[in-house]
Amino acid sequence: MPAVTQTREAVEKLGQSTYKWGFETDIEMDMAPKGLNEDIIRLISSRKEEPEWMLEWRLAAYKTWQAMTEPKWAKVGYPPIDYQDAHYYAAPLKKPGPKSLDEVDPELLRTYEKLGIPLHEQAMLAGVEVPEGERMPVAVDAVFDSVSVATTFRKTLEEAGVIFCPISEAVKEHPDLVRKYLGTVVPAGDNFFSALNSAVFTDGSFVYVPKGVRCPMELSTYFRINAKNTGQFERTLIVVEEGASVSYLEGCTAPMRDENQLHAAVVELVAMDDASIKYSTVQNWYPGDEDGRGGIYNFVTKRGICRGARSKISWTQVETGSAITWKYPSCILQGEGSVGEFYSVAVTNNRQQADTGTKMIHLGRNTRSTIIAKTISAGRSDSTYRGLVRVQPKASGARNFTQCDSLLIGDQCGAHTVPYIESRNMNARIEHEATTSKISEDQLFYCRQRGLSEEDAVGLIVNGFCRDVLKELPMEFAVEAQKLLQISLEGSVG
Amino acid sequence: MSQFLEISGLCAQIDADGQEKQILRGVDLSIPPGEVHVIMGPNGSGKSTLSYVLAGREDYEVTAGTATFHGQNLLAMEPEERAAAGLFLAFQSPIELPGVNNANFLRTAVNAVRRARGLEELDAVAFLKMAREAAKALSMAPDMLKRNVNVGFSGGEKKRNEVLQMTLLQPTFAILDETDSGLDVDALRIVAEGVNRLRAPTFSALVITHHQKLLDYLVPDRIHVMARGRIILSGGPELARQIDQEGYTKFLAEVA
Repeated sequence: MPAVTQTREAVEKLGQSTYKWGFETDIEMDMAPKGLNEDIIRLISSRKEEPEWMLEWRLAAYKTWQAMTEPKWAKVGYPPIDYQDAHYYAAPLKKPGPKSLDEVDPELLRTYEKLGIPLHEQAMLAGVEVPEGERMPVAVDAVFDSVSVATTFRKTLEEAGVIFCPISEAVKEHPDLVRKYLGTVVPAGDNFFSALNSAVFTDGSFVYVPKGVRCPMELSTYFRINAKNTGQFERTLIVVEEGASVSYLEGCTAPMRDENQLHAAVVELVAMDDASIKYSTVQNWYPGDEDGRGGIYNFVTKRGICRGARSKISWTQVETGSAITWKYPSCILQGEGSVGEFYSVAVTNNRQQADTGTKMIHLGRNTRSTIIAKTISAGRSDSTYRGLVRVQPKASGARNFTQCDSLLIGDQCGAHTVPYIESRNMNARIEHEATTSKISEDQLFYCRQRGLSEEDAVGLIVNGFCRDVLKELPMEFAVEAQKLLQISLEGSVG
Repeated sequence: MSQFLEISGLCAQIDADGQEKQILRGVDLSIPPGEVHVIMGPNGSGKSTLSYVLAGREDYEVTAGTATFHGQNLLAMEPEERAAAGLFLAFQSPIELPGVNNANFLRTAVNAVRRARGLEELDAVAFLKMAREAAKALSMAPDMLKRNVNVGFSGGEKKRNEVLQMTLLQPTFAILDETDSGLDVDALRIVAEGVNRLRAPTFSALVITHHQKLLDYLVPDRIHVMARGRIILSGGPELARQIDQEGYTKFLAEVA
């Protein structure tokens, strides 16, 4: 996979502990004035040429948001955010829609090259016949700031009947589907950040896999924050019909800057009978400098609903970036025998703070959930696992297994585990295991005696610690994630 | 410079709960290339400390003396540099690395020392072929390469795994710290054969043991008796048999 190889190389070039993806692309921007009010929302809606119902939906969300207050229960601390001091819309100025990659701003393509995901290579890939036994190609819906500039692979996907497009396009071209599902898993008023997102979201992905279709390739979106002071409000909706399946990959990098940047995404997944959705994330937003200045604030609401019987939703995340992470990818297990999984690695270094975990809500009979959360703290960072397992009265035979392991590097970091367990059914079986450990001197010395450098030894031990999670990632991501883990922890030992 | 390993007046201490505890009190030892030397001695005499200090464990502070290896100042080198230079320590209690695949660990280690020695790195296929052959020679179950490093290994499996690592890393100087302890007779023979296969005019070993049994298979060149942080007596292979029959008391009394 050339694209993937280059991604890997790009990651490898990050040989030093400083964040190297701190470049900014010089492209003309079409930007809304700072501030948030109904006029701005109308502006966003009109720039996106949205139908009336979409505008109404946004305005209702905005009203809800105005009545809400920012949640303060997470174990993260940051200065107050001035929501009026940000731009809520920024789009690269474009000629009437690029018909092909040739029409895409070359500056933009160069940005992707720096990131290691050259679109032209992916376009080439689209035309390449994949021999038997080779890995499935990866489709990338590239989100550059707020507007999706180019979408590849669409043709192959169309033939399979899969819709994979920017959500703004889906609002116009598949309004019935979007209207039917948008906000059904994460209602606008679910929380402060989801309400904000619902009011001002500018782009994101829409995926629809029809009945019985196994998506012929892994779908991938690379996010990237670019414009100064522009909050990113991605909105992703994935609907998988009966007996269908999809694997979705999300990876993030962001350029360096001084101001803190707000990121409040919402992701909704819907799985019908026997459907399966695998959602994988490698998150590497700029974490701030060694003193924690300038990192991304990442407030994400991700939730999936297993509506159908025997459906399955699996979240896998590797979180190495952001100054603040507030994120709880969750599963509502409604269908009988449905399965929810959450595999997470969260790494914090320097001054990073992460409060992340999951919620498994068991509604249906014989529903099952698995939670494997690995937390690694280094430097002066603080990391919290916060998870809820709730079994409702009708969920007879429900089962959960939770394992939370924390690894501490150095003596100035913190790791916290906050499990909430609520069972309203006598037949439920819930298991929770937790460990906290440090990388031992014995282990480091053993590795070094065998010829490994100290940093390689830490990388090896940390990757071993995370193995149960990393093995859930698609192959391309797993390699990148392993490298990222090591890079994120560089300078944390010795 | 003609000497291979040269230790002179080596003193080392460890910080035990804020108290400095002197463990090595002037070790003198010289091992020529191609020889197998044995250190015996009562518990707490400093045998394992000597092996850790030679391998570069940071908990121990060297307060006096020198150690040179191939003419280089061993004590100034990082542990991984010592490994690359050809020093290998078979641990008395091998360390577990949860989640780290044994083959992957071995290959990472082998390629790290190959890189440092200016050799080409081995690809996965070439490495696995070599590792499987070496494992088979040590009568190790094939799945041991797939398991996590030392996790859930029996005592005997751990020791064999140490010898496997030694075989693959091709050291010029190996320290075996009670590699024979906890092994049954068959395992002992297999481990000893593993060491014997490495024997060459360019390979030396320092074997720490309490038992004559291992020496029946290894046939050492010199025996050293260590007590209270020093080498108090050296002799030929017959010394080990004497100790096996008479114990240390007599020798300790002689030097006291």
